[in-house]
Amino acid sequence: MTAIDMSVRPTPGAPRAYTFPAFESVTLPNGLRIVIAPQRKLPLVTVLALVDAGSVADPVGQEGVAQLTASLVTEGTGDLTGAALAELVELMGSSLDSGADWDSSVVKLTTLSSRLPEAISVLARGLTDPSLPEDEFQRLRTERLADLLQQRSEPRSLADEAFAQVIYAPGARYAKPDGGTEQSVRALTLDQLRAFHADRYSPVVTTVVLVGDVSVDGGIALVTKVLGDWTGTRPSDSSAPDTTLLTARGVRIVRKIDAPQSELRVGHVGPRRLTPDYFPLVLCNAILGGLFSSRLNLNLREEHAYTYGAHSGFDWRRWAGPFSMDAAVQSDVSAKAVREILNEFEKIRAEPVTASELSLAKSYLDGVFPIRFESTRAIASALASQSIFGLPADYYDTYRASIRAVTAEQILKASEVHLHPDRLQVVAVGDADSISSDLSALGHGLVTVVDPIDALGQ
Amino acid sequence: MQIPIETETLANGLRVTYSEDHVAPLVAVNLWYHVGSANEREGRTGFAHLFEHMLFQGSANVEANEHFELVQRAGGTLNGSTWLDRTNYYETVPSNQLAIALWLEAVRMGCLLPALTQQKLDTQRDVVKNERRWSVDNQPYGTWWEKLPALTFPSTHPYHHSLIGSMEHLSEASLQDVAEFFTTWYTPDNAVLTIAGDFDPAEARALVHQYFGAIPRNASPPSRPDFAVPPRFERPMREVVEDDVQLPRAIVAMRIPPSGSDAWYAASVAAAVLGMRKGSRLYRRLVRELQVAADAGAYTFDLTKGADLFVVDATANANVTPDRLEQAVHDELDAFALDGVTDAEIARALALIETDFVSSLQSAQERADTLSKFATYFGDAALVNEQPARYQRVTASEVTAFAKEWCTSDNRATLLYVPQQPVAQEEAA
Repeated sequence: MTAIDMSVRPTPGAPRAYTFPAFESVTLPNGLRIVIAPQRKLPLVTVLALVDAGSVADPVGQEGVAQLTASLVTEGTGDLTGAALAELVELMGSSLDSGADWDSSVVKLTTLSSRLPEAISVLARGLTDPSLPEDEFQRLRTERLADLLQQRSEPRSLADEAFAQVIYAPGARYAKPDGGTEQSVRALTLDQLRAFHADRYSPVVTTVVLVGDVSVDGGIALVTKVLGDWTGTRPSDSSAPDTTLLTARGVRIVRKIDAPQSELRVGHVGPRRLTPDYFPLVLCNAILGGLFSSRLNLNLREEHAYTYGAHSGFDWRRWAGPFSMDAAVQSDVSAKAVREILNEFEKIRAEPVTASELSLAKSYLDGVFPIRFESTRAIASALASQSIFGLPADYYDTYRASIRAVTAEQILKASEVHLHPDRLQVVAVGDADSISSDLSALGHGLVTVVDPIDALGQ
Repeated sequence: MQIPIETETLANGLRVTYSEDHVAPLVAVNLWYHVGSANEREGRTGFAHLFEHMLFQGSANVEANEHFELVQRAGGTLNGSTWLDRTNYYETVPSNQLAIALWLEAVRMGCLLPALTQQKLDTQRDVVKNERRWSVDNQPYGTWWEKLPALTFPSTHPYHHSLIGSMEHLSEASLQDVAEFFTTWYTPDNAVLTIAGDFDPAEARALVHQYFGAIPRNASPPSRPDFAVPPRFERPMREVVEDDVQLPRAIVAMRIPPSGSDAWYAASVAAAVLGMRKGSRLYRRLVRELQVAADAGAYTFDLTKGADLFVVDATANANVTPDRLEQAVHDELDAFALDGVTDAEIARALALIETDFVSSLQSAQERADTLSKFATYFGDAALVNEQPARYQRVTASEVTAFAKEWCTSDNRATLLYVPQQPVAQEEAA
């Protein structure tokens, strides 16, 4: 073995081509859309049934109804109780779960392909004809209340919820938790869930995504068999939710006595997913706080050691979701950390990112693209986003070129348009007594202190 | 479904596994060092993990902050983690970037120390202290993963002390400690390397030999601690922890034979019977029927030395007292130890385990990590291909025998988290 000079860095070879998995979509006569991406690597299939019935569709006063309804969809159908349904599916080695996020309700199935016909039949029965039984409703509602109770002691949940409250106007749906508040969940009735299912679950607003060891024709035939006879019309009320935002600066402290760290959120309402500035903003965020080597992380972690990690992110939703910069910092440097975050925010919209930062972010986002889609679940989730947001059919085929095309000037322009220092809200979940005077001294608007129970949207 | 496996051992003792496939143009590099918190010296709890942080601070050929940047600039992902008896480092990169990932691992294995400074150590010490605050001190139930090993292993045992470490011990760690730990444990003969995914075998082998071949093996391999413990607890143990939580949580651990043994496979299936998904016994009984718990699960720690832990945990529903929760968990364990399991329960568990195994093969990094695990702990990466058949051989009578032998009340240690203040009165819905 001849010794080699380890100071010589290797250079990459020619990249191998990658294309996002090919998929086909068809719409059945009843309005149900099917998207199929065959992946024959392993005998596995992931199915997502997406219904346009996310938490934004919760009627006012019934916050949490979308999530509870979705949870109940897999808790019994026909002569199957919830327990029997779980047993049946799991004896096949399959997993069937359901839930809702802001933009959709979803039933998820992952199964060996040999069990797909039986498993997707159970999924379809739950989706179209759930029992919505009283006992399971009571149980899941109690569990949601337990979850809300639990969150009173969880700094990260408290910070997220307190942040939503200070960036959105009180009446906005996004100001309250997607799963509802204690008050709204307590008031929910089974009739309301049944009405929500009857109104909102319909083939015309449903997309079924299949990814894995299944052929296009085979997948269409299966879905047609189990969901082709489902009937329904377009839900009556599909208007945009109230997303009114607050436009002042301020500091909200959520009291957690003797907390050794402050859980920080700094930000404001960002643009909606379909903003034309999406790609410049993705790169802007990568450089600001999206990557390990981002400005926020290098500053707060690697330079100052205030935190284990600092990040930023746009919460992309169909309507205008939050943009936030996050870090959990040791209590005694809370105000200093906020100051650094504010400085980085000012800086990214004041001058162009450097060529080195831009090339790093671009080559990272370009290079990891294939790594993001190794599993049937990840591919299905990408196709689900495409469907939920109405992204173009060639979105994933052009993604890398779109990333590579972004310039420093576009990032600066997008930052000026979408980042607003005058609206930045600061949330700190921490030891109010020891951190509030330093945070007040930042001069960042009105400082208010609340208890955890009030941060959960009562 | 067999994972393709080629192995070789370099002259310096580095064991290498190659697993080639060309499904996607990416490749995973995964390096396990057979050292963890169990190998820390007295008064240095948390050091193995702090040391892991130092491996991202550059080397003789890599500037501070450059390690992450080089991998990300190559379009790759990376991280590392520390466990009781191993530490791993890994990258997944586009396949044309294999060389940079291997080079980065080799330069830090070969020449880490010249790059270390007091300032880097001080910074990472503070970062790790903040990691401790974040994951342990300021997190509901966050102390469980240092309290459970402390309760279930004798004070002299290498698994007893905290993996994340105490603030005092972290403060005392010095550059001298870093140098000693590196020289003792971070040598090729104490490591296994796995490359999985899209690569050219001849090219990969050549790179491995070029980059790692000249790194010297440890001339005087260190002695390893004694992991032996009595096979059972022999008496019930219990600790109550007051914490800033709203709902009580019961964590009950049983001492069982180490991972890899026949009894352990029965335990692993038992964990699926009791705690995997909604059809599991604990979910059915505690969450669905009795409604004393909002959530429940069961798992093994997968420790391969001395003894493993079989753990059942449950978090109370609103308005359920700690005593009632604890009693309900023990009642289920009593029934399990008395009656064992049914064939249907085993069928469900084995079907779920099989699907999970197939799912886990999808990610190149997950395949690589599993191969490294079997190579490190059992000296044979190819054991991964025997796992599906090994699980299918587990029978209901074996799991029943496991339950009767190991899940009795004299072999249980209970960690009970209770709210500091009385639980707010909630009306039962």
